[in-house]
Amino acid sequence: MLVDSYRFLPRSFRPLYEGRGPHPGEEQPVWTPLAKRLAESRIALLSSAGFYMKGSQPAFDLDGERERPEWGDPTWRAIPATASTSELGVGHLHINDEDLLADPEIALPSRGLAELVSAGVAGGAVEQHVSVMGYQDRSLTDWHRTTAGEIVAHLREQGAEGLVLAPA
Amino acid sequence: MPVLARWIEAAGIPTVVVTMMPAIAEERRAPRIVGVEAPFGHAFGMPHDRATQRRVLELALRVLAGAAAFATRVDYDAGWPVPLREAYRAWQPKEPSPIVKRLLEARR
Repeated sequence: MLVDSYRFLPRSFRPLYEGRGPHPGEEQPVWTPLAKRLAESRIALLSSAGFYMKGSQPAFDLDGERERPEWGDPTWRAIPATASTSELGVGHLHINDEDLLADPEIALPSRGLAELVSAGVAGGAVEQHVSVMGYQDRSLTDWHRTTAGEIVAHLREQGAEGLVLAPA
Repeated sequence: MPVLARWIEAAGIPTVVVTMMPAIAEERRAPRIVGVEAPFGHAFGMPHDRATQRRVLELALRVLAGAAAFATRVDYDAGWPVPLREAYRAWQPKEPSPIVKRLLEARR
């Protein structure tokens, strides 16, 4: 089955996404093979659903986006793999957060990953996964200049050997 | 998100993107892609549907490990279990986002 990429998108939004081609400067292939077998590899997750730890982290800056609608908060949050549903908040103005708050596994399946590690499918999971808020200015300038490097440093510090990203 | 995946991949960490818009991830040249027929915010399935969430994640891990070449795309072979009209309404925010509000106002 081939997935219809526009099935759930408002029809009028389709031209905003379709046929835009590569991001400027990102035309060439990039490729890093998994260095070990999956069963020996430590895996990290990254969600763009805007999760944050309510008790210890600031929410994503939604007021800033309301003031500047073409801007989105480019910062990121480290999310403990053991975080409970009640500890997580969601800061994202472009999606309904009810299901994300009811079951964060739909976008950041840290418990599912732990189960697959227990089953021997993957070798391990990092202690701190990654969350960003996916609505960004089209140039992705802040993500490129700052956020991506910070996330890479975090993933290295966590010993991540592979990353599963899930756009919200 | 596909572009962020590229930057992380280029830094030496293999990536796979699980997305409801796999055609866009292909256009944006993501290294490995798993397509899912799911409304926005639900890449791994319905709330509390542990079996589907695990199957999608395991497929992503298999693609992460087993893809032989750049731009590998594998789609998860199952439809969304909720009628389209209902699912289409359910994922959308209670009020339009600031940029959508602006676009709607510009059309008036």
